[in-house]
Amino acid sequence: MLPFGYAQAKDVGNAIQLMGRAPHAMFVAGGTDMLQLLREGVIEPAELIDLNALPLAGIEADGEGLRIGALARLSDVADHARVRAEFPVLARALAETASPQVRNMATIGGNLLQRTRCLYFRDVAVPCNKRQPGSGCPALDGQNRMNAILGGSAHCIAAYPGDMANALIVLDAMLTVHGPEGERRLKVEELHREPGDAPHVETTMRPGEIITAIHLPSSAHAGNSHYVKIRDRASFEWALVSAAAAIEVADGAVRVARVAAGGVATKPWRLPEVEHRLVGRKLDEAAALTAAEAAAHGAALRPGTAFKAILLRRAVERVLLMAGGLA
Amino acid sequence: MSAVIGQPVPRVDGPAKVTGQAQYAAEFRPYHLAFAAIVSSTIPRGHIRTVDVAEAERAPGVLAIITHENCERLPYKELGKRPQVDPNSGEQLHVFQSAEVLFAGQPIAAVVAETQEAADGAARLVRVAYTVDEPTTVFQISDGKPPSRETAEAGRPAESARGDAGSALGLAPVKVDIACGHAREHHNAMEPHATIAEWDGDRLTLYDKSQWVSNVRMEIAHVFGIPEANIRVISPFVGGAFGSALRTWPHVTIAALCARRVHRPVRVELTRRECFTAIGFRPLTRHRIALGAERDGRLQAIVHEAYGQTSMYEEYAETTLEPARTTYSCPNVRTQYRLVEMNTNTPCPMRAPGVSTGTLAVEMAMNELAEALGMDPLELRLRNYAERDESSNLPWSSKALRECYRVGAERFGWSRRPAAPRAMRDGGCLVGWGMASAIYHANRSACAAQAILYANGQAVVRTAASDMGPGTYTSMTQVAAETLGLPIEKVDVEIGDTAMPKAPVHGGSITMASVGNGVKAACEALREKLRALAGNETDASPEAILRKHELDHLEAEAESKPGDESEKYASAAFGAVFAEVRVDPAFGTVRVPRLVGAYDAGRIINPMIARSQCIGGMVGGLGMALLEAAEWDERLGRVMNANLAEYLVPVCADVAELDVTFVPSEDTIFNPLGAKGLAEIALCGVAPAIAEAVWHATGKRVRDLPIRVEDLLAE
Repeated sequence: MLPFGYAQAKDVGNAIQLMGRAPHAMFVAGGTDMLQLLREGVIEPAELIDLNALPLAGIEADGEGLRIGALARLSDVADHARVRAEFPVLARALAETASPQVRNMATIGGNLLQRTRCLYFRDVAVPCNKRQPGSGCPALDGQNRMNAILGGSAHCIAAYPGDMANALIVLDAMLTVHGPEGERRLKVEELHREPGDAPHVETTMRPGEIITAIHLPSSAHAGNSHYVKIRDRASFEWALVSAAAAIEVADGAVRVARVAAGGVATKPWRLPEVEHRLVGRKLDEAAALTAAEAAAHGAALRPGTAFKAILLRRAVERVLLMAGGLA
Repeated sequence: MSAVIGQPVPRVDGPAKVTGQAQYAAEFRPYHLAFAAIVSSTIPRGHIRTVDVAEAERAPGVLAIITHENCERLPYKELGKRPQVDPNSGEQLHVFQSAEVLFAGQPIAAVVAETQEAADGAARLVRVAYTVDEPTTVFQISDGKPPSRETAEAGRPAESARGDAGSALGLAPVKVDIACGHAREHHNAMEPHATIAEWDGDRLTLYDKSQWVSNVRMEIAHVFGIPEANIRVISPFVGGAFGSALRTWPHVTIAALCARRVHRPVRVELTRRECFTAIGFRPLTRHRIALGAERDGRLQAIVHEAYGQTSMYEEYAETTLEPARTTYSCPNVRTQYRLVEMNTNTPCPMRAPGVSTGTLAVEMAMNELAEALGMDPLELRLRNYAERDESSNLPWSSKALRECYRVGAERFGWSRRPAAPRAMRDGGCLVGWGMASAIYHANRSACAAQAILYANGQAVVRTAASDMGPGTYTSMTQVAAETLGLPIEKVDVEIGDTAMPKAPVHGGSITMASVGNGVKAACEALREKLRALAGNETDASPEAILRKHELDHLEAEAESKPGDESEKYASAAFGAVFAEVRVDPAFGTVRVPRLVGAYDAGRIINPMIARSQCIGGMVGGLGMALLEAAEWDERLGRVMNANLAEYLVPVCADVAELDVTFVPSEDTIFNPLGAKGLAEIALCGVAPAIAEAVWHATGKRVRDLPIRVEDLLAE
């Protein structure tokens, strides 16, 4: 890695100010992904601005819901009594993220912004449009088993690797972001973008912005939410496919359905057609199967990734059966 | 003195390791140490056109940059006789001696700087331009070539035969004929390879991660054209190796080159990514295996053809066809071996090299034959039990495999196995059971050792052996303590230094049978000296004897070496492995809730660390079956998942119940200590047992490892 500067931010304003002064700087929180990127030379920031001293680690009531400070560690959130009781999909997704050691270091805000695991992105000796715009995408016809079947483009099929973001989407979670222009709010679902012809631009974050909090609104569907993760090894491994669902059933029929998938798409992936097939129906095995059939619609399959369409439908079916108390 | 051998003595080096006091190669700190970083080729074949070091040279802290353009010419003298850890044919990579690029990841330059960070950073600034030639990066068995004469003479022939397997196969009433294989695997020991080189005039000291310090000394003497006596290699601790530290790799030469250039000691520590290219790996191997049997299960024919991957510059060959010749009784056996040259680094032994992959083929085929016969897989093995080694036509020096089958089957509950697949369920999961035999030849080499007794009653034993993790320190302490009649606290074992008496390679499961007997011989010689001094005072303590003769210490050196027993007997360790898997039928995920292994490894010196060896081997076999695979890009000639995040090895959650039993055994024909060998045998048989269990659970035969979810996802 190349030498870089280091500065510790005292508060949010100071962090934004420091970033404004050093255009090639990057923020660092838990650093669990960043350390790998630095050591492999994938990123070469001039300076790291350390956010760990910012008072943003609290988890507190937020109206009916919960407000989670962006510096809360994954393990703290996974173990939080209200998260476990009222937002089980989030507790489950976090419990299945990485390893206990990583969960003790990684932060909620940083986890949302983790980079892809595309093999070509991580190896600086080969081309990658995300790392070096315009250099090409060897993953399209290469070793792409961990890559996306949804949301890709001719320039990039790198998968968004995380678990938590999929859970947050089905919980209708919001983010508070602070930046040079002040504070704004956005849905978690609006945070990531598809690669299109600019795969190096991964999010809608503006220069100098910091995620400061995640808001979880309380809801009936949040309380009945589930997460399924399929991976090669039993722990410490990214999803081949994951599925998150939050379902409210009223009067024998689905009133609200939120379903999202991970490991298969270039960003945390909402499945509106699956949701649409559920709403108004009784949640039984037939309904789960019918809805899951739509999960891989529009998928672009390659020899290395074709199996993911099958796996995705089955993961969605399983998570819906769990939501219906049938599995 | 009660017996120390056979006791579960905790690792004597354990406290030093867990408290960080054990010093590994990269952790030595000679005065004024500088640090090097390697620049690796990014193309699989071609020539370096230009190397632009201008920017790198200006980086802070940089002391020197060595490329093929400014590197001293190294003699690379011909080795009189090649050590068994080197390929028999071809020529090792000559570091920085030409512009030629033979594989992606080839070390092509080194940057030396004041700190590791400065060296790493500057290495990123070295700009290399290439002329690219068409590489061979696709593994095609049609490209396979017969091994050279040198390789054949070293026991890896292109063809071998007993009887007439072709005709017998044609006539056999029941047969199977399958293709199978496994992925290219990388050792990925916890400790990355590292060397510190320090010159003092024309004398060189190397702190190295090595399974064989004597070989490092010999090879580097030839590379630099200096006498072996001028080189000392120090390697007290090795943080895992699995065979990757048998050879003397280019980075050792690079460290010595850099140190000579900057007139300071220099460290080279490979990054994890470099550990995929700057050392070796287990080569991708494809097999065709055909078995012919009578209806009662008796084998009539075995045909085994193997295709192994090697590099363009060295011919690495394995004993992958040995299991076909030795595991079972069969009158007609034919083997064929071909090597596929590719633009890649040279493969090297990885735990149970060749044998584990040959066993994979033989055992997969035996399990399919059992299905074809409608016979229990264990019964099929018993009907083909080899009472002697039919390959050499020699009797076994010992063989308790029948007992391994019996004990393993009983502990596993094998008799309750339904014959049909898909017959067992647990909740939503399919459950399957499988088994396999394991065999690994037992070898032994000469080993010298020195034993010293001090007047305070403390003894020290020295030999230039290694401990890459199996517990050499502990087992040798036990052998020495028992032979000298001392408690283990009174014995210190020192290893891993060429200044000590010469020991053989720490590989091939030979350490206990070789070094153990060397230590035993040295301690016996010391005891003899003591007895002679004691005269009639047979009750006097050793300390009292030394005091009486006003000696502050007494020492003895001895060597133990094999006799002609290998001409009269064949020797091997044996095992029986049983596996249970659970498969989620919707997702295709395979988990292994239990593995049972019963082993005949001869006399067990320490059952606790022996068990530890075995569970490590089982986990390695589990990795081979379900996880480990280099993701090779055929266009780039490159392993794309060259890091521990994407190259998957089992984690704790993948490892459940591992049950290890050693059946009673002691092989004093093979060697006086009676131990056979334990490292390799524990990996053999695990992968085919798991593959069989996957078939038993799902009804699906997956013959290419690792078995992944996509292999089991029926629409």
